[in-house]
Amino acid sequence: MGTDLINIESDNSLAIQTTGLTKHFGQVLAVDHISFEVKRGELFGFLGPNGAGKTTTARMLTGVIVADEGSALVMGYKAGSLGAKQISGVVPEMANPYVDLSGWDNLMLMAELYGVPPKDAREKSTSLLNDLGLLERKNDKVQGYSKGMKQRLTVCMALLSDPQVIFLDEPTSGLDVQSSRLIKDLLYNLNKAGKTIFLTTHDMDEANQLCDRVAIINKGKIVAIDPPEKLRMATSRLRSVEVSFASAITLEALARLPGVDSVKKLGDKYQLYTAVPGDLVMTLSNYASSNGLKIISCNTLAPSLEDAFVALTTKEVKSA
Amino acid sequence: MKTISQQWWRLLGITRKDIKVYYSKGPVVISGILFPIFLALTFTIGRNQSTDSVITGLVGMTLFFAATSVSPMILPFEAQARTLERLMSCPVRLEIIVLGDILASFVYGLAISLVLIVIALFLGITISAPIVFGVAVLLGALCFAAMANIFSVPPTNLPATTNMIGTLVRFPIVFISGVFTPLDQLSGWGRAISYISPLTYFTDIARHSVQDKGFLPVGLDLAVMAAFTVLFLVLAMNLHQRTMTKRI
Repeated sequence: MGTDLINIESDNSLAIQTTGLTKHFGQVLAVDHISFEVKRGELFGFLGPNGAGKTTTARMLTGVIVADEGSALVMGYKAGSLGAKQISGVVPEMANPYVDLSGWDNLMLMAELYGVPPKDAREKSTSLLNDLGLLERKNDKVQGYSKGMKQRLTVCMALLSDPQVIFLDEPTSGLDVQSSRLIKDLLYNLNKAGKTIFLTTHDMDEANQLCDRVAIINKGKIVAIDPPEKLRMATSRLRSVEVSFASAITLEALARLPGVDSVKKLGDKYQLYTAVPGDLVMTLSNYASSNGLKIISCNTLAPSLEDAFVALTTKEVKSA
Repeated sequence: MKTISQQWWRLLGITRKDIKVYYSKGPVVISGILFPIFLALTFTIGRNQSTDSVITGLVGMTLFFAATSVSPMILPFEAQARTLERLMSCPVRLEIIVLGDILASFVYGLAISLVLIVIALFLGITISAPIVFGVAVLLGALCFAAMANIFSVPPTNLPATTNMIGTLVRFPIVFISGVFTPLDQLSGWGRAISYISPLTYFTDIARHSVQDKGFLPVGLDLAVMAAFTVLFLVLAMNLHQRTMTKRI
């Protein structure tokens, strides 16, 4: 029993360390020898398409399922041990409070399971319910809550024990704008207060706005780990120039211009993909004046995180 | 030592949660009392049995059905509602989750049986060995609760499936355990089969305590019940360790 609480000697600057983490479900290799590190105080995004292995990874880190191979440490504790669970807060993929209990009773249950003293539990619960707009409904049974309210309550349940590391599995998925914004603001503030956050998400904007670094997982393998900005910039072939002309022009004519990789028509605009956007702007200007065309607008566009994500995961699919 | 006391408090938390969520519902409480009464009436009306004999069987059946009725369905319900994932991510040992479910079932079995025992006392039934009877009720409730928990070991998330497994086991047990026919009136092979059921030993103690005519020595009844309890507790905790993560 005691070994569960032993803090294994590890790098003190790291909150999460995984080495060769692997999980099979029957013949399916869900997570394939992934290794990564999350620094203390970091807000780390874990991105991937459906079925990529995000939730399986989060479940191995939170001790809900056991890895077949490899190891993981959470603040120096073996993932899944009582020590690791004690200092972690978990918001699973689907909100899972007890619907036959009130919001308040769910929080008191969490307080008992995490060993939070009753007085602290009452104070902290009141404060969290207030922050997440649930205080007035605290005595109502959860079965009468909306999806957004259930998810906000789940977040309260995860934060009640004042965890050092918070695991969130798509916490804003399918929520209304208000609930989603409340949760995002809370995550931002928690991270500012020094909490380590492991955020699994589909939402590229969310990852882009919140995360210090993101890992992209596809088919159980990590295909990239970098800050969102660096990932976007690394996808250089997705830089583009968006141009619109006063009169019609053919796609073929634009595609023949030097430096253009491909062209896409978007409404009355053309998006020209290139590795050299600056040169292409000059080329377009020269082309317009030599052909008597008037340019209405011309903008250079950096790839979005979504572009980077699609490029990285598609490349993986093609090479597979 | 601190960990043990922490886990003990968390065990009580899970038990309280189970009682609130699964047992403190009107229909569950009422069916816990009515079902054994109607079953007893079905098998005793027209058979010229004494009130003492009916009551001993009834208490045994009530304790058995109450302690085994809801427990097998808790884990499938929890897995279906995803609350099991919540529990498994909390700093609580798996054995404590299982033990919490057993303890809730024990409390419910005890509470429902006490209602019937009080009614029996009002009807003029006397218990000649109240301490032995009390120990037997406590041991029986724990034993049956632990046994029922084993029905939910197969990692199905359909409560109906574990309920069916439970029904398939529970009804034959009632009929082979000397509830309707005392052990001394059973044939040799009937008595031999009855010895594999823990309910047999509880019913025998109940007959000792109420009718002063048990078949086996009381000490043996208690010892066998204790052995069954330990066996079921160990089996429940070990088997759930193997299948729990398959529910997620």
